[in-house]
Amino acid sequence: MRYLDEYRDAGLCRSLVESIEKLEPAPTALMEVCGGQTHTIVKYGIDRIIPQQVSLIHGPGCPVCVTPADLIDKACELGSRKDVTLCSFGDMMRVPGTDRDLLTVKSQGGDVRMVYAPLDAVRCAQETPDRQVVFLGVGFETTAPANALAVHYAHTHGVENFSLLAAHVLVPPAMTSILADPDRRVQGFLAAGHVCTIMGYKEYEPIAAEYQVPIVVTGFEPVDLLQGIYMCLKQLKEGRYCVENQYARSVKPDGNVSARDLIQKIFTVVDAEWRGLGTIPRSGFGLNEPYRQYDATLRFGLKPTHKDEETECISGSILTGQKKPDECPAFGITCDPEHPLGAPMVSSEGACAAYYRYRKGQLHQIGSSTAGR
Amino acid sequence: MATNENAGWACPKPVSRETHIQMAHGGGGTLMQRLIDDVFLQTFNDPSLQQHVDASVLKLASANIAFTTDSFVVDPLEFPGGDIGSLAVHGTVNDLCMSGAKPQFISAGFILEEGLDISLLKRVVASMKQAADACQVRIVTGDTKVVDRGKGDGIFINTAGIGLVPSGTNISPQAIEPGDCVLVSGDIGRHGIAIMSVRDGLAFEGNVESDSCGLVDVVQALIDGHVPLHCLRDLTRGGLSSALNELAQVSGYSIRLDEESIPVRDGVHSACEMLGLDPLYVACEGRFVAFLPPAEADHALALLHEYPEAANARIVGQVDEKRDALVTMTNRIGTSRIVDMLSGEQLPRIC
Repeated sequence: MRYLDEYRDAGLCRSLVESIEKLEPAPTALMEVCGGQTHTIVKYGIDRIIPQQVSLIHGPGCPVCVTPADLIDKACELGSRKDVTLCSFGDMMRVPGTDRDLLTVKSQGGDVRMVYAPLDAVRCAQETPDRQVVFLGVGFETTAPANALAVHYAHTHGVENFSLLAAHVLVPPAMTSILADPDRRVQGFLAAGHVCTIMGYKEYEPIAAEYQVPIVVTGFEPVDLLQGIYMCLKQLKEGRYCVENQYARSVKPDGNVSARDLIQKIFTVVDAEWRGLGTIPRSGFGLNEPYRQYDATLRFGLKPTHKDEETECISGSILTGQKKPDECPAFGITCDPEHPLGAPMVSSEGACAAYYRYRKGQLHQIGSSTAGR
Repeated sequence: MATNENAGWACPKPVSRETHIQMAHGGGGTLMQRLIDDVFLQTFNDPSLQQHVDASVLKLASANIAFTTDSFVVDPLEFPGGDIGSLAVHGTVNDLCMSGAKPQFISAGFILEEGLDISLLKRVVASMKQAADACQVRIVTGDTKVVDRGKGDGIFINTAGIGLVPSGTNISPQAIEPGDCVLVSGDIGRHGIAIMSVRDGLAFEGNVESDSCGLVDVVQALIDGHVPLHCLRDLTRGGLSSALNELAQVSGYSIRLDEESIPVRDGVHSACEMLGLDPLYVACEGRFVAFLPPAEADHALALLHEYPEAANARIVGQVDEKRDALVTMTNRIGTSRIVDMLSGEQLPRIC
């Protein structure tokens, strides 16, 4: 397939690995921010073909994983109501709240529907004017424009029975929070290519300068990741700490200007709770004043559930890169994709799910070496 | 004798003019009888059905018989490249073929939902007949029930199938041997993507048609060509990956795949990339894997390539000596990974 096969080319990958080897990197820890990148790394074994002293830490950029259990609980509560149709992206359906997930609510008779685009939920609201239709809108900056568009469309077309149960989070504050940790291991970032496709990369420049880390905006295919790793290591070797763009075929310095304008119109920056990480100041989007009538939390008077989460799950350490999935005592024993204890085992972008899916049977052979790196 | 006085008057004929299924269509009375006569018997047109008996008595040559059953639920009932009727025939016939049997007879039990458009039912039944004829099987017995509106999904079909197995045939997972090559009969994933492309809420534009088809001719070609088949398995809901994982577990041997040799059409590939799905896990309904000695691979491929439904047949992997029952895959960049059994459903991702 064009525009994909080129970036999975074995010869190009080999020559990039050779270029990385020629840099003779010192022991280095790089973090790939996005869960999509984590999956490519584990699926293609990128971490095993680069020099052993370069370790890849899996970052917090899996939207499903960082959505607080409290929000899932609220979605389940709404999905159980007789007057509500709850629409959601596919991979949110299996994420456990504190005691159930949306698929369970559906099987118990709740009207829970999987949609691919937030506008489909607005259309559903137009088709069923006697029901309240709520879209569970989660994600990073990548999904924010589509959710903003849904609210904008509902507002301009008078679709009053539509609302958004939103938990949008932002990448730069999470990176800053990881960098501000006195025990931080991360020496460079592969920034999330699709987040930057929307937002551009200028907001990363002060972070690179302040914390003295290279930040390379990176794509999602094996060639992208290897090139991103190479560019990061090269900066470190040369003592440079700046933002570079590996994913130039998709990312412009200013991002997608009309998408950003729409985000700015609909959303405002607020403090946000991250699953496993806690509350990070100014790290999420909430609805702006003229659009707050579409906030499902307000419309239905939803209260925080404040339930305790499963203690065995170490998703916080996984999401900040302090631990690898196979270092979790529950991994593959009491926690697997069918009975997940935490979100990183659920999502197609979760690090635990990636390890389970692509390496499960090999972990008894390679577990210690992977974990130790 | 018609007279002008009666012009314009007619006795209300008790002939079926219902356009939608009613509860009485399953009630055992005249409405049901008419449905059976007008829709099923007329279309399936088999002598054993015309006898109106409770059980068909069928003649079989003296041989081992293969016997299978399957149920079909699909949303939507009609999709690009097929419908629930053709799917039911193909699914049943293909299960029989996988044990080396030549399919002979199938049954068709229908559970219809009140309110079903009868013209849709007629299309589905006609498509079943067409598929059965193409697969050279007879639909010899059937049943109809109707459930209240809202308690079904239009049409559910249950089938059973009987096939004849030539003596001396031993095609089974237990016959898999280390060194066997793994042949896949065509490009994978088309059925699942075709269904998804028209499913409510997830519809997207595309030109992918289901791969649903009968495998009688292609399997027969291998058998007639004396290809020593160790094992056959049709790829259904869990796709290539689930079929191979099942066989690895039953046989105990590991299976190694080569990603580049697995045929996937561009339309399927694009849809999978867009939705975040892995084609290895996407459903097929007219594809199978065959395990055979490597020396026979070229011969088998040459036989299969004669048929349009197997024109993309390829060797995609090999059975390992290792007995740890794993499926692994060497990917494009030369590294290897586990190909696990599908866990739960594949769900489209957020971004």
